[in-house]
Amino acid sequence: MAKIIPRPQLSLLEQLYFVEVFKGMALTIKHAVRSLAKPETIPVLNYPEVQPELPAEHRSEHRLMKRADGTSRCVACYMCQTACPARCITIVAEESPDGDIEKRPATFDIDWLLCVFCGLCVEACPCDAIRMDTGKAILVEDSRDAFIANKDRLMDWSPADYPAEDIISQEAPGGLLNEQALAAMQGGMFSAGDVADVADKETC
Amino acid sequence: MDLVQTEIPEGFTRSAGGGHTEEYYLNMGPQHPSTHGVLRLMVRLDGETVKEIVPHIGYIHRSIEKMAESQSLIQNIHLTDRLDYLSCHMTNLGLCLAIEQGADVGVPERAEYIRIIVCELQRIQSHLLWWGCFAMDLGALTAFLYGFDEREKITDLFEELCGARLTMNYFRPGGCVSDLPNEFIPRILKICEHMKTTLDEYDNLVSKNMIIRERTQGVGILSKERALSHGCTGPVARASGINYDVRKDEPYGIYNRFDFDVPLGATGDCYDRYTVRIEEMRQSIRILEQACKDLPDGDFRSKEKPNYKIPKDEHSFSSVETARGNFSTYVVSDGGKTPYRIKYRSPNFSHIGAINDMASGYKLADLVTVLATLDPVIPDIDR
Repeated sequence: MAKIIPRPQLSLLEQLYFVEVFKGMALTIKHAVRSLAKPETIPVLNYPEVQPELPAEHRSEHRLMKRADGTSRCVACYMCQTACPARCITIVAEESPDGDIEKRPATFDIDWLLCVFCGLCVEACPCDAIRMDTGKAILVEDSRDAFIANKDRLMDWSPADYPAEDIISQEAPGGLLNEQALAAMQGGMFSAGDVADVADKETC
Repeated sequence: MDLVQTEIPEGFTRSAGGGHTEEYYLNMGPQHPSTHGVLRLMVRLDGETVKEIVPHIGYIHRSIEKMAESQSLIQNIHLTDRLDYLSCHMTNLGLCLAIEQGADVGVPERAEYIRIIVCELQRIQSHLLWWGCFAMDLGALTAFLYGFDEREKITDLFEELCGARLTMNYFRPGGCVSDLPNEFIPRILKICEHMKTTLDEYDNLVSKNMIIRERTQGVGILSKERALSHGCTGPVARASGINYDVRKDEPYGIYNRFDFDVPLGATGDCYDRYTVRIEEMRQSIRILEQACKDLPDGDFRSKEKPNYKIPKDEHSFSSVETARGNFSTYVVSDGGKTPYRIKYRSPNFSHIGAINDMASGYKLADLVTVLATLDPVIPDIDR
């Protein structure tokens, strides 16, 4: 339903300007007192000293997930490279020594200067091998070449930085579930997704 | 040296000079703070009175429509984020609706509700930013900070929802990328409750201020006829008294299930455009409360199709109501993975065209007021 908003006539007091301007001043003082008495309620950080807490969903730098033995979960299927609208991912595949898995990436490069951080690669990955939850949102490097992250750099992360509920991260070497996952691998379940099955979580 | 310019610059109807004082041309922008981006307005002035305005656009043209032809339909969604970046969920939705229509994809019930909730949150967020910038353009910096204070709460919600604060890339054909996180609905309702009181407080702060009333009432009047002939939509058209809202007149999604009013202005001046937007925020809160109450369980994305292709020679069209007006998407397919052509119709382009009608005859400072109440987003004009 449409409704025409009437234009209210100001009362004499309001037309005097001084009354309303002091009411406005009262609001300003209220906010000033609030920011002094309860600084935690204002959404302002002392920025360089205090870094913002990014939620886990925040799309930041990529990382490649690892299996229990430290190899990459990536099977070089080129899904992320195809999905990428900025064409910033370059994968070169090679044969995997493991009989159950056909391929693995020989190189896996992401050019962060081209990346638009849209998250389509994470969405496309069928193996949960690439994630964007490192929380590193500020990229500063000395040269253009340094912005191209290779496979080693993408896999250089520690499970200690991720929550205990994150099963796949904790299966990596040094993680809480690493021993369990290694035992499962020796029991014939190669992929970490099988271990996730054991843990009754989502599969690869 | 001859200081008098004899030839008429492109776009102007007559040359400067001939009045009782000497007229002159002035460039406002492209780097002027009140143009909210890189918009160049060339104005013909008589003293301080604006005689004629010729907007020059295209300073940040990124050829998004041409780029769209080389990318698949899904890859195009992130490009729509970069059109109207303050209502990017709505522009995402526009493209997704067009793809759904062409590729014949259904949307689950829950996803429809999530779309409404997210779009209306974004409308409030966009209008809050406009409210802050409007007051700042008129010289009240404090309101700018208050507007951003409230906006920050909604931006934090979006960050948790889809992982970004500005370029959301959240909707997909057939639903959304992810489900709502835990405790999302109670937090939205809390924001709605909080907004109801603070909105009145903030509205009074600005609208009862005599200086702002003097500077906006009767300034920048756009008549109903001129608004129609320029193709104005959204709050600008509604302030001129045109009862047109895509959500009411051609309801997309499930907007026909919700009860909300379309606020209209009587005169079409700057003050009407202000009150219409403030009232729209209140109506958005109403829609949010209804949608949060009825939100069903179920899938957040339909699983019926693995990839999206529009059949050959199929034309699909959608229009959505962004925070600025009617945003339309027209997709032509040649049957391949990528679209043959995508055309976007942005509301801001029409609004900038109407600026000469609104601001000529007033003072130069009133041009700033008119620009502020138009709420233009320049990347949406230039694309």
